[in-house]
Amino acid sequence: MSWPLQTHPYGEHAPVLPPMENRDFDHAALDRSTRLGLYRRLQELRQLEKRAYDLFMRNLVKGTSHLSLGMEAISAGFGAAMRPDDYTFATYRGHAHTLSRGVPMAPVLAELMGRANGLLGGKGGSMHLTSVEHGVLGSYAIIGAHLVIANGAALSAQLRGSGQVTVCFFGDGTTNIGAFHEALNFAAVYSLPVVFVCENNHYMEYTPIGDITAVPRPAADRAAAYGLASRTVDGNDVDAVHLAAQELLAQARAGEGPSLIEAVTYRHGGHSRADPGKYRPDKEVRAWLDYDPITLYRGRLGRLGVPAAELDAIDREVAAAVDEATEIARNGAEPDIASALTDVWADGGSSWRN
Amino acid sequence: MAELTYRAAVARGIAQEMDRDERVLLIGEDVAGAGGVFKTTPGLLERFGPRRVIDTPIAEQAILGAAMGAAMTGLRPIAEIMFADFFAVTWDIVVNQIAKTRYMTNGQVTLPLVIKTGNGGNLRFGAQHSQSIENWAMAVPGLKVVTPSTPRDVVGLMAAAVRSDDPVLFFEHKGMYASKADVPDGEIVDALGTSVIRRPGTDATVLALGLMVPRALEAAEMLASEGIDLEVIDVRSLVPLDTRTILESVSRTGRLFTVEENPQLLGWGAELVAIASDEVFWDLDAPPVRITTPHVPLPSAAALEDSVIPGVERIVQTIRKRLV
Repeated sequence: MSWPLQTHPYGEHAPVLPPMENRDFDHAALDRSTRLGLYRRLQELRQLEKRAYDLFMRNLVKGTSHLSLGMEAISAGFGAAMRPDDYTFATYRGHAHTLSRGVPMAPVLAELMGRANGLLGGKGGSMHLTSVEHGVLGSYAIIGAHLVIANGAALSAQLRGSGQVTVCFFGDGTTNIGAFHEALNFAAVYSLPVVFVCENNHYMEYTPIGDITAVPRPAADRAAAYGLASRTVDGNDVDAVHLAAQELLAQARAGEGPSLIEAVTYRHGGHSRADPGKYRPDKEVRAWLDYDPITLYRGRLGRLGVPAAELDAIDREVAAAVDEATEIARNGAEPDIASALTDVWADGGSSWRN
Repeated sequence: MAELTYRAAVARGIAQEMDRDERVLLIGEDVAGAGGVFKTTPGLLERFGPRRVIDTPIAEQAILGAAMGAAMTGLRPIAEIMFADFFAVTWDIVVNQIAKTRYMTNGQVTLPLVIKTGNGGNLRFGAQHSQSIENWAMAVPGLKVVTPSTPRDVVGLMAAAVRSDDPVLFFEHKGMYASKADVPDGEIVDALGTSVIRRPGTDATVLALGLMVPRALEAAEMLASEGIDLEVIDVRSLVPLDTRTILESVSRTGRLFTVEENPQLLGWGAELVAIASDEVFWDLDAPPVRITTPHVPLPSAAALEDSVIPGVERIVQTIRKRLV
């Protein structure tokens, strides 16, 4: 679906929202169990990140983190469409990208808390979540870097004939950095099996993307210049994202080359832990909080006859799982200090001389 | 045994590894159809096909990103950055991504990846196509740094680099591409982190890299006629560093000179002098001396470039002055 969200004259960034009761995908070809799975995933991403925020406020998580509250439908929709051996390249705002591939919650929370049982033993932190066994080939904290690296994984899959597809998530701010342009051209030239997913949450850190970008759709409007097919999608509608993901992944797997999708969404909070997001107009924030992906999906599932009690039960199951993961993470040991000197090299060590 | 140019040795080294392991591929600007801008990769496209020898856009981040992603997922890419100066364009991928990923992921990701490049001066190419940047790379945890000075070592160290499970920056000295030497037949495989004593001697240890190795050797022959017996060590590998061979030599000779093409400030010679001062201080008979390029970008005119990059005459004069 192409979704003309806003006209976006220079300097104006108040988005025009779709109708609150979005019925476009009520009758899409998705069965009940798929939809309940998507709903459960949305809840997992939402509740885990809320917990991460709570742990920050209690000073149990140090450093910084970048939450994707409000943007869950994109990760959830893609994650459910991917093959287990497909590759994910995530951004520093990558908790949801990572969890949506099936990475368990406890090692993610433990990593945020800097524990030995963390996903990366405490060496990576919030911005670098990686789980090779789940195909999550990293979360990248330098804007744009991972787009060119994702191409390499796609090139490798193409050369090996493995049928694997690489999904590369990035934000709207990425579209103005050189690596974005190098990556799109490169992917198109070699017809790589990669899907570029722009999560357009309207803000490049603290600045509205529309204020510093000359086209209204920063990713989708540029894709054609590099020979990529592109589309925009309602990034808050998990069914819309999931169906688009299925289609784009199938195309890539069939050897039809790369594609780009711009999923329009909004982050509920600021850019990072340190940012309350006060630069955003109240009216805009309120409108998008109302147009929440979970609220939207509950409305659809209700119209389709799923009892609220069944969804509430899922919410409670997820809450229990988040509590359990929190306990496992909190009870994790501090990392062994010696581990600070391991794994610079493939021999497991860091020695640079004999 | 056949006489081979340094540039032909590059192609031979790559071919040796591509023959052995089908996971090895070559990617870079003009490396396939053109056989490399320095003719270091001719014939590889014809021999191994366009799936394994890949011409790319002029897009250094895209090249190294592709190499990194391929290395993460089971291949063993060799990527070319045409001139070492261009590493500056791609420094994020090299430093923030390639060098740090194994560590940040607690050992989950292995990057068996070689980045080859034309390093150094002597071709009058001016400041943006001539500098020696191995010091930049040496300062970054997670990168291995190799600089061969002979055609034989090009083959052997290329093999070692390709077989390494760690990312290796392979600095070919572009001023040496036309140089020739005998290279043994058959497979040659060296080990990273091994320096080579090119000339045994007793009066002083001279450490050199790349083009500075033949110059140091020539200087040693001139000084030998004056009764000064220099030991010349080809460092070959800055990371990992063969401090054992180097310190053992310094302890034996009691004198240390480094000959570097890069600017003196924070050059690799400073690190080696610091290590020697720290660990074999009482074996030293005099303060170590660094012979380097001054702290300037490289000029283009022959007379100017020759005046700043250490030449045989400056090496001879500096060592003579200190030893006599």
